[in-house]
Amino acid sequence: MAYSDKVLDHYNNPRNVGSLDRNDPNVGTGMVGAPECGDVMKLQLRVDEASGVIEDAKFKTFGCGSAIASSSLATEWLKGKTVDEALAIKNTDIVNELSLPPVKIHCSVLAEDAIKAAIHDYKKKQGVRSPAEAALA
Amino acid sequence: MNNHVVYFDNHATTPMDPRVLDAMLPYFSGKFGNAASRNHAYGWDAEKAVEDSRKKIASLIGANPKEIIFTSGATESNNLAIKGVAEMYAERGNHIITAATEHKAVLDTCKKLEKHGFRITYMPVLANGLVDLDLLRSSITDKTILITIMYANNEIGVIQPIAEIGKIAKERGVLFHTDGVQAVGKIPVNVMADNIDIMSITGHKIYGPKGAGALFVRRKGPRVQLTAQMDGGGHERGMRSGTLNVPGIVGLGEACAICQKEMAEESKRMAHMRDKLRAKLESELDETFINGTMESRLPNNLNMSFAYVEGESLLMGINDIAVSSGSACTSATLEPSYVLKALGVGDDLAHTSIRFGLGRFNTEEEVDYVADRVIQVVKKLRDLSPLYEMAKEGIDLSTVQWAAEAH
Repeated sequence: MAYSDKVLDHYNNPRNVGSLDRNDPNVGTGMVGAPECGDVMKLQLRVDEASGVIEDAKFKTFGCGSAIASSSLATEWLKGKTVDEALAIKNTDIVNELSLPPVKIHCSVLAEDAIKAAIHDYKKKQGVRSPAEAALA
Repeated sequence: MNNHVVYFDNHATTPMDPRVLDAMLPYFSGKFGNAASRNHAYGWDAEKAVEDSRKKIASLIGANPKEIIFTSGATESNNLAIKGVAEMYAERGNHIITAATEHKAVLDTCKKLEKHGFRITYMPVLANGLVDLDLLRSSITDKTILITIMYANNEIGVIQPIAEIGKIAKERGVLFHTDGVQAVGKIPVNVMADNIDIMSITGHKIYGPKGAGALFVRRKGPRVQLTAQMDGGGHERGMRSGTLNVPGIVGLGEACAICQKEMAEESKRMAHMRDKLRAKLESELDETFINGTMESRLPNNLNMSFAYVEGESLLMGINDIAVSSGSACTSATLEPSYVLKALGVGDDLAHTSIRFGLGRFNTEEEVDYVADRVIQVVKKLRDLSPLYEMAKEGIDLSTVQWAAEAH
């Protein structure tokens, strides 16, 4: 299969590879997929408390080149967005940006799921914070 | 671009040996005759070339030249063998035994026969990839007319106990067909010693042309009869009509002759390079797994899983090397390799498998290069792999609740 230049670029130079401290209350972690399916994405984001803007995002992905590219692109897009803006990212945006063929659309779906899972995790953490912590935010 | 791609996919197809091409060329132009033209020199030349080729093929496998039927390749040979026996011996019985790891040309042919009332036993294989001979014995019934088990597997290179299977088939009076595509020309194959009744062969896996194949059909003890699957001029003892592909047949014959002459030396060289590749990979990478037994295996095959690295992404990283993967993403069906599944390899490891198929024109320098590149890319992708990270943290991945959304 021929890959688009953008997929190749993200595969060869993946952005934001790594991990954030999953115990940090401002970090949300999303892990989607399963090894048996050949795709597992871990996507993490850290939200700046004062501004509510995503200041950092990291990923690690087990999967094909398109899955790696989709998650790499997702971390690029997340940075600088508010949580609500991030929730508006759609898998079709990723498909268009990376020119993914139909057989690789599930990679983009997985990336959107990973973003949502990470934000869900972040929101859950925020919800259980003590009132004192919340007052400081 | 292809000049810079190292070719390690010799189970899929092999480059033509230049000596084979040289032998074929005259039969495309000056010697263009129809081998069935019995009354002029063009026909006689073509017929002689075909008969010489028949002898070379027969010699390689210990057969009589009259037992060689020319076909278009192994898919046709497998179809003709299995459907031909099924139709010819239908009155004797309707049961055929095969194995789960066979090539699709065998499995799908069997499935087609199932629709026509035949009963097929798809035997599971052992974890090492070999068929269970006790299971084979107990699977034979008084309705069994054919056992079809491949000589060597195209994905994992495992060589089946063909002589034992042949013996069992003979004792029970059941015909034995083997898909010999990966084995013939690579390892010694003798249809008499192995009690093989029918065997499929193809040119393009042995440095010969595509579109040229053969079927060995035993003439004595027992005399095997096949119902032709195409109607026409009654060529090839009435089993396979159609004007013979003379250049292709010449190429197939020459390819067999070269294999016969060079096999002993070549198989040693293949095994040496394969073992070196394996040793290098294993010395630099942890958590690699060999699929299928190394004890009974083609000298040119290595099938290895690189845990936590998805196969297609690995292929993408080594795009200057031609190999195959058992990953779902590289298959037309989007399912991981059914052969690895049959061995009990989990889907997670099947997705990470790579098949290395060495060939006549590979060099030791290429082995070093391929090993270095694979090591480099596997390490890079493991740095990217959440699974490798979790495994290194001591998390047992089999206990994790995965939120699988895709597939």
